[in-house]
Amino acid sequence: MTTAGPGAASSRLRPVADGAVNILIKEPGRFFGLVLDVFRAMFKWPFQWREFIQQAWFIVGVTVIPTALVAIPFGAVLALQMGGLIRQMGAQSYMGATSVIAIVREASPIVTALLIAGAAGSAMCADLGARKIREEIDAMEVLGINPLHRLVVPRMLACAFIGLFLNGMVSVVGIVGGYVFNVMLQGGTPGAYLASFSGMAQLPDLYQAEFKAFVFGLTAGLVAAYKGLNAKGGPKGVGDAVNQTVVLTFVLLFLENFLISAIYFEFVPAKGS
Amino acid sequence: MGVEIRVEGLTKRFGRQTIWEDVSLTLPAGEISVLLGPSGTGKSVFLKTLVGLLKPERGNVWIGDRNLPQLPEDLLYETRKLFGVLFQDGALFGSMNLFDNIAFPLREHTKKSESEVKRIVLEKMDMVGLIGAEGKLPGEISGGMRKRAGLARALVLDPEIILFDEPDSGLDPVRTAYLNQLIVDLNAQIGATFLIVTHDINTARTVPDNIGLLFRRELIMFGQREMLLSSEEPVVRQFLNARRVGPIGMSEEKDVSELEAEAAAGNDPGKLPPIPPQLMPSDGRIRPTQHAPGSWLRANGVTPPPGSFIDDLGRNWIDEWPRYVASMGVSPAGGIRK
Repeated sequence: MTTAGPGAASSRLRPVADGAVNILIKEPGRFFGLVLDVFRAMFKWPFQWREFIQQAWFIVGVTVIPTALVAIPFGAVLALQMGGLIRQMGAQSYMGATSVIAIVREASPIVTALLIAGAAGSAMCADLGARKIREEIDAMEVLGINPLHRLVVPRMLACAFIGLFLNGMVSVVGIVGGYVFNVMLQGGTPGAYLASFSGMAQLPDLYQAEFKAFVFGLTAGLVAAYKGLNAKGGPKGVGDAVNQTVVLTFVLLFLENFLISAIYFEFVPAKGS
Repeated sequence: MGVEIRVEGLTKRFGRQTIWEDVSLTLPAGEISVLLGPSGTGKSVFLKTLVGLLKPERGNVWIGDRNLPQLPEDLLYETRKLFGVLFQDGALFGSMNLFDNIAFPLREHTKKSESEVKRIVLEKMDMVGLIGAEGKLPGEISGGMRKRAGLARALVLDPEIILFDEPDSGLDPVRTAYLNQLIVDLNAQIGATFLIVTHDINTARTVPDNIGLLFRRELIMFGQREMLLSSEEPVVRQFLNARRVGPIGMSEEKDVSELEAEAAAGNDPGKLPPIPPQLMPSDGRIRPTQHAPGSWLRANGVTPPPGSFIDDLGRNWIDEWPRYVASMGVSPAGGIRK
């Protein structure tokens, strides 16, 4: 063993520096490299329709019921929170409007993000990771087939496509849940709830929510592909990749949600202002 | 009819860890070569670098006039069609049955009609002895069957180069013997260039025309089978004879004190075992690239260890060869290397 000296200190610092470089530069760099490759592969003929439809159906299967189950209490809890606040301010007639705005603008993209990342992204990553570990991906490349074109592009687009519908579903289920809660349990009037819908909410609210859901779908698909295709170290490696996918996707989706909302408010003024 | 692969100064690192460096060798067209090495010396990494699945830090892999590490993506995918690769566990697509797995490359890359595809797939399945298992899923069959299915899939596009990643891992000795015979028969039939990565010594001693040995991050030796089997080089000798005495240790390499202790104990590496005759195609034909037994030894003035080239029936193949060649109706000068 060598005694401690300047060399020993630098050799102890080296793993730390390596780790920092890896997290700050190499990983994001590789991820963006994959993103560029995927977008390039997206425009290659022929598009894999079969895989797209199968994957879309698969994502529907793993997300629809959890989405509905999350959306109902989410709508109800928003109605509960806002019902109290709005009664205190004496603005009961705007109950419907606030609940619609809260659900359509923010709650439904967030719920969609949770489900897309937690259910669809993790399943996709597990699938790709298992294929990577079994060398199926390598075999595919050796057979002259680009796995990004064959597997990743249809999955990513299926995820985004289903994201659109999930977002719509969350909006509807959330609003119905809020309505039921407000009218039946909090003693609100149906007429006021419905009439105030169009008082504040506007169509661009829905567009931006759908845009968010689409972007979330793409992001979840890309992260799942990145982590899945780089899985290594046997079954445990796949588990780690799935774990990292969920965490990373959450972080990215919430960041994107904030960015898109901020930009949206810059371009679309609130109704009546 | 086989393509030559020329590897020049190939170096591969993962981060700061060097896997191997400056590996140069030429896989002669149509010949069977074996790459040996202790576990964890990067044999599979070498194989993946040859097909361009991994990018080397330095060096060239020439296939004809194309240098694989430098190729743009579309040309790389194009060049890969020359390759058939048998992965360790077959690497079959888990969602498809065996028939679809084997038909996959045909359906992707050719415009053949479905009846044509069926004919070719069944022909290849027959070749590897899988007739009747077309409808099975990869998860439902044994490891040996998966390997053979992987081999059939690697064969459907009539590749010029076939790479085998540990074809004998996880197989019993009898199945390994069958698979080795199948490899030799295939080579005789299609004449592609074969590279087998393995650490099965029996395979290495009897199947190939050439042997290479990776150890301690470098290619220790690459050359004709007879050259390595008669070599006195300590690493080559230890590995090809599966001895404990020599530079290769349990974890990786032995340190100086261990080697000194070995020398002090008077551990003699012993006599070289006889060189076994090379495995012949089962139909008795001679492969076009087959070397005559003892040709390298004669050319280099090396005396083989006693008992070499004698088969199970007691025939000495050095004496037998000219008669055998004549009985096959081929003149020893034509077609076969002396």
